[in-house]
Amino acid sequence: MTRTMKNQQWSLLVLLLAILISSCGGNSSSQTGETTTPPKPMVAEEEPEETDPMKNKGIGPISSVELGEIDEAMVAEGKKIYEQMCTACHKIDKKYIGPSPKGILSRRSPEWIMNMILNPVEMIEKDPIARQLLAEANGAPMANQGLTEEQARQILEYFRTLE
Amino acid sequence: MATLLLVFLVSACNQQSGGDKAGALGSGDAASKVYVAPGEYDEFYAFLSGGFSGQMSVYGLPSGRLLKIIPVFAQDAEKGWGYNEETKPMLNTSYGFVPWDDAHHPELSQTNGVPDGRWVFINGNNTPRIARIDLTTFETTDIIEIPNSGGNHSSPFTTENTEYVVAGTRFSVPFPQKDVAISSYKENFKGALSFIKVEEEGLDIAFQILVPGYDYDLAHSGKGKSHGWTFFTTYNTEESHTLKEVNASQNDKDFIAAVNWKKAEEYLSQGKAKDFPAEYLVNRYDESTHTATSTKHETVKVLIPSECPGLIYYLPTPKSPHGVDVDPTGEYIVGNGKLSADLTIHSFDKMMAAIESQSFDDEIDGIPVLKFEDVLAGTVQSGGLGPLHTEFDANGNAYTTFFISSEVVKWKVGTWEVLDRAPCYYSVGHLMIPGGDSKKPWGKYLVAMNKITKDRYLPTGPEMNHSAQLFDISGDKMQLILDFPTVGEPHYAQGIAADVVMQNSKKIYPLNENNHAHAIKNESEVKIVREGDVVRIYMTSIRSHFAPDNIEGIKVGDKVYIHLTNLEQDWDTPHGLSVLGARNAELLVMPGQTETLYWEPQRPGVYPFYCTDFCSALHQEMQGYIRVSAKGSNTELKWSVGED
Repeated sequence: MTRTMKNQQWSLLVLLLAILISSCGGNSSSQTGETTTPPKPMVAEEEPEETDPMKNKGIGPISSVELGEIDEAMVAEGKKIYEQMCTACHKIDKKYIGPSPKGILSRRSPEWIMNMILNPVEMIEKDPIARQLLAEANGAPMANQGLTEEQARQILEYFRTLE
Repeated sequence: MATLLLVFLVSACNQQSGGDKAGALGSGDAASKVYVAPGEYDEFYAFLSGGFSGQMSVYGLPSGRLLKIIPVFAQDAEKGWGYNEETKPMLNTSYGFVPWDDAHHPELSQTNGVPDGRWVFINGNNTPRIARIDLTTFETTDIIEIPNSGGNHSSPFTTENTEYVVAGTRFSVPFPQKDVAISSYKENFKGALSFIKVEEEGLDIAFQILVPGYDYDLAHSGKGKSHGWTFFTTYNTEESHTLKEVNASQNDKDFIAAVNWKKAEEYLSQGKAKDFPAEYLVNRYDESTHTATSTKHETVKVLIPSECPGLIYYLPTPKSPHGVDVDPTGEYIVGNGKLSADLTIHSFDKMMAAIESQSFDDEIDGIPVLKFEDVLAGTVQSGGLGPLHTEFDANGNAYTTFFISSEVVKWKVGTWEVLDRAPCYYSVGHLMIPGGDSKKPWGKYLVAMNKITKDRYLPTGPEMNHSAQLFDISGDKMQLILDFPTVGEPHYAQGIAADVVMQNSKKIYPLNENNHAHAIKNESEVKIVREGDVVRIYMTSIRSHFAPDNIEGIKVGDKVYIHLTNLEQDWDTPHGLSVLGARNAELLVMPGQTETLYWEPQRPGVYPFYCTDFCSALHQEMQGYIRVSAKGSNTELKWSVGED
């Protein structure tokens, strides 16, 4: 038997099998040539959306934050939590694993900051700025440290003093 | 060949039975009954004992997905169990460190006779022990050693509100242990029935009952009307000590021992118990310190039946009964006479009436023997051979495994009529119905745990995993719907509705509740402390670096303890730690937890360490170095992370 003949026989068999399988279930619709979605690249390929970063509130539970006079009690609490939960990756005086929070309130909206703390997984996936930061950190993801909204707000208050 | 394939396909297409071995599989849509779509959850958790693996495995039903193996009595390198400093004490016994056991019967804690999802217990048969697993973390938190016992088999069955779990000896031994001739068995060997008090904070032996030197095989406690009683099967009432295969099977009837544990509590409070010498260890893992400790005990309280009337009775039961199973109403006590074809069912009401009328056949060592006819409720004449275990559904039916005839037989409680039978592949031992030994069985599924696998799966050499088979029991006929392999040898299992357990499942250990003696809470606390040749490295992990990751000044011969605290606080973000050449397993540290790797460096050099559990895109970068200098050298002790 030649190779060609073999191939022809197999083709026939495959065809027969395909017919059998499709007729077997009695439900052979949707055999269209749909293509699967290609895997998403880890790093954003498209340009970040043309929005003012200060107007980007991010994605997460925080839609609005009112900033009043700086509350020193909240600052103290926020500093404590920051040092406890964040300093393995964020140093005040330099970029470490992630960026320094110094001056962050002139770069990001307060809502974005809190959403990044509270909802980092979704932010990294969907928010254009967070995606860019992930790329800058070589793919080191922001860890979800399981903080409450109150704790995130206290950290935000502490960040306001880091100008 | 093509024709052959086509024929095969056409026949498969018509969903005809695949042959005898498939059992009832072809008769309905079995595949859709066990299909749990990707991302969906199973309806039940099933806890299967690991037998000679020493562990417990957790499966989802009906899919048969293996969810987890919980390390219990055996060291488990995968999780560092029994290797890290924190969990080593869990495997301590009065004989020292025993890193293995033969794990037999999982038993869920109950409230009002219904599995409550708080804990699951399991017995170690070889070096008698009982373990408790906390179902908020699926971690073993308690292991208690049982003294005066050999072969802790009739264990750890619970009472209706988990007041106690029990431990009866399968191999009677001198009580207390002493050096005697084996041939003095009848004179010196005794049995112990132990009741272990279950408290939130720990386990302790409340009392033991000194009983004749039979083999106490299995147990179950009463429920409802029979709450307050626990039943143990016996064999070897011949008290033979050799060739038991023959010599322990002579008597036509052995006994089910009925223990009134509420009466025992009265005798205890009256001071009737005697203190016997008994060395045993109680090991407790504290979730707050993430550390286990062992406490030694030296005496145990013992009740002697001849001094405690009404404490215990013997119910004659034919042919070396194996399992003893109490129906959901608490009225019927099923004796599975393993050398018989029939099942013997005793009536709790009849037993109470016989006790009331003092109608006894005999008395053995102060234990009244009731008359068989007085307590008998009925007999199931099944036609099967070798009944072992019975479980119940929610509709008044019972299901019994028959080892020799390799089948499950369904019968009606009360009429003793056989309703259905299904073959098992092969040689079924235990069976499990979710809630099937409780007051309120969920029913729906039955898992048969088979002792022989042979040709059920692709061959894997001489040794094969034991097979389990899932039956749908929601209809009149049992329907075989799935085969799945198991770990070790499952002796019994327990099943519980998933939502009872999953709502309490923890995702992390809060870092601020970590009270480990060597925990540090952030990177600024990283340090290394040397005291003589003991060096303690206080290390942290977070995606994706260790701190410190450069360490110098360690010397050959040092006793190095690496205390690693995982700073993560997100679900499913463990970090591992391993060191080149460390004669130890890895650590696997959960978020917020601290674990300790012990290492004695042997040769000068620079040793890499790294994270063993893939944690992020930069997992490969999560590594560090430890410089080891010769003994007596003066390399400065220093450490850093992120410095050039």
